Amino acid sequence: MHSSSPSSPAVGSGLRALSIAAAAVMAVALRLVFFYAPLDADQGFLQKIFYLHVPLAIVALCGFVAAALMAIMHLRTRDARWDMRSYVAIHMSLIFAVATLITGSIWARGSWGHWWVWSEPTLVSFLIVFLLYATYQPLRFAIEDPDRQARYASVFAITAGAFVPMNFIAVRLSTAYLHPRVLGSTSNLPPRMALTFIVSLLAMALLYATLCGCELTAKRTRAQLRALRRLADARAGAGEDGDPQSRRSRSAAPSMPAAGTLAAPAPRGGL
Amino acid sequence: MRRTVAALLRKELLIELRSWQSVPGMSLFALTTFVVFHFALNRSRVDGDLAAGILWVTLLFAAILGVNRLFVADAEEGGFDGFLLAPVDRGAMLLAKALALLLYLVALELVAVPAFALLLLGPTLGGTLPSLAGVLALGDLGVAVIGTLVAALAVRTRARDLLGPLLALPLMVPIVIAGSRASSPLLALRGGEPAARWLATLGLYDLLFGLIAYALFDFLLED
Amino acid sequence: MPALQLEGLARRYGEREALSGVSLSLSAGQSLVVFGPNGAGKSTLLRVLATLLRPHEGSVRVLGKSLPEEACAVRGRIGLLAHEPLLYRDLTARENLRFHARLHGVALERVEKLLELLRLEHRCGEPLRTLSRGMVQRVAVARAVLHEPELLLLDEPRANLDPAASELVDPLIGVGARRTRVITSHDPARGLAEADMVLGLRGGKPALLRAAGEVSAAEIAGLYR
Repeated sequence: MHSSSPSSPAVGSGLRALSIAAAAVMAVALRLVFFYAPLDADQGFLQKIFYLHVPLAIVALCGFVAAALMAIMHLRTRDARWDMRSYVAIHMSLIFAVATLITGSIWARGSWGHWWVWSEPTLVSFLIVFLLYATYQPLRFAIEDPDRQARYASVFAITAGAFVPMNFIAVRLSTAYLHPRVLGSTSNLPPRMALTFIVSLLAMALLYATLCGCELTAKRTRAQLRALRRLADARAGAGEDGDPQSRRSRSAAPSMPAAGTLAAPAPRGGL
Repeated sequence: MRRTVAALLRKELLIELRSWQSVPGMSLFALTTFVVFHFALNRSRVDGDLAAGILWVTLLFAAILGVNRLFVADAEEGGFDGFLLAPVDRGAMLLAKALALLLYLVALELVAVPAFALLLLGPTLGGTLPSLAGVLALGDLGVAVIGTLVAALAVRTRARDLLGPLLALPLMVPIVIAGSRASSPLLALRGGEPAARWLATLGLYDLLFGLIAYALFDFLLED
Repeated sequence: MPALQLEGLARRYGEREALSGVSLSLSAGQSLVVFGPNGAGKSTLLRVLATLLRPHEGSVRVLGKSLPEEACAVRGRIGLLAHEPLLYRDLTARENLRFHARLHGVALERVEKLLELLRLEHRCGEPLRTLSRGMVQRVAVARAVLHEPELLLLDEPRANLDPAASELVDPLIGVGARRTRVITSHDPARGLAEADMVLGLRGGKPALLRAAGEVSAAEIAGLYR
């Protein structure tokens, strides 16, 4: 049996560099937000939540779309690693989406007096997107065959990814002629605000990438551990008919492919 | 391809006529829902936005019932395998099922819309009926496409009755938005015409998800 | 050109190997009988050969075509008789068979001929759920051979069939049919009588693979212990 190779040093150092960069840019962003960006005339200090809320939203949306692209790669190459990346991307984007909703709600409460406003299209769209992606994990959990689970999850990710822009269009149209934008838009920002915004966006993107990288590494390590354990079991002469599937509880998360295919993807029929 | 779709559609309709799984249930559900709305809203007559909303919500939830049943016979009686063994284009199943669902929705509306006009609608439909039919048709297309895709996704899972609606409803929100906004002037006291942008939205939705469903459907069938 | 050529076929279910290292070659017109305890992978093997499941490793050539790339080309030439009848319970036998005939591009007259051959004419207008299991199995056999496939894949074909019905289906799926066949069986004596080649599966792995003449029923029974 091929033994799974330990994660190469390149992966480890890449992630370390990324997390350092993320921490650095976040520190710069915080400094800019609190000490550099001017106070907004209308909303005062509360407006600074804009530098948190909008980057969260943009990164979450890009994450969902990226997950859809990874899902397309998974369906085309049948490589389980793409499915893993897609899963992690959606997982992380969902967390960022919840954070978007929370920060948006706080902002709405501060500037409009209500914890929720229907007239802010971004917030409303995010609610719908959140409700959709919240079904991703239950869907995966409801399919036992890991092969089919990954395939169906990819179909979902692609459909949902196409849905996100369509949804934004529809919601934006439905609110456009009713109320003016409540929480402010990103166009026509004075230069100091614009700079702060760009840096905040960069910081959020790096944070997202770092968190995804961490989760991917954790999953990979867990898979290698499992493979080693299986190897040890086999050497110790545990029953050949034991079904590892039944020992492991059902999982919504994809697992890495069995050892022996980690080295190279198995020859598969082309599409 | 056309022959395969015809054979599949014929089988679908034959089973429906024999077992009455979908259309009667959907229609009855819609009628009951109108009654529930009367009591829940404490209104005897509705018009405009409220009327459009009630109509679309009722139709949507009734459609979900039909979506839930769409692939059940195939999943339980090995119909997937029987089809997968045949030397035919697998996209034909998507087309046939979506067409069948579309026909069920039309049948549903033939019952639900007159019932709605009778029970709850204030203004008379008369002249606006063709326009309303057009809006409903555009919406039905979207529901049929997404409904078929979601039904195929959900049917081979453990919690199929729950996952179907959970997946379908958020995906259909744009249809509800555009459909009800387009219908609202048609059901208003002073009749109007639906704004073009809502029809365009429905059209875009139908096209986008029609293409996506066609591209992805094969992956749901194969193993 | 052999009708079947498998080389190192493997199929996984998650981390479990449902089939692994299956290699064999079967000439046209020969019968391969597959033995093995429940869960050994017999049905999985049939489903891979039927193009319903993709092979995860190894190479599979059925009737000269390689799976899964050329699955479409070979699909119409394979007939599968599975555990489930693959028929709709609400439709009649005739409607079910006509549906499959249309899917395979087969003339509808063949449906009538098969119904006659299998002595189903008097019940062919009733929904399938009113028929006994033996009759349903007969309709399933009709479905499997409707398009006159070159390769027959039969999963315990005699299940649910009484001796009279067994005789009826023999010319269609039995040795007399003169088709390449892969059959799963739990009956060593009967299976051996029909086989040209024998494959014994255990835990997804081939435990024995030999010409029928070189295997004894006792060896096959040993697989089940």
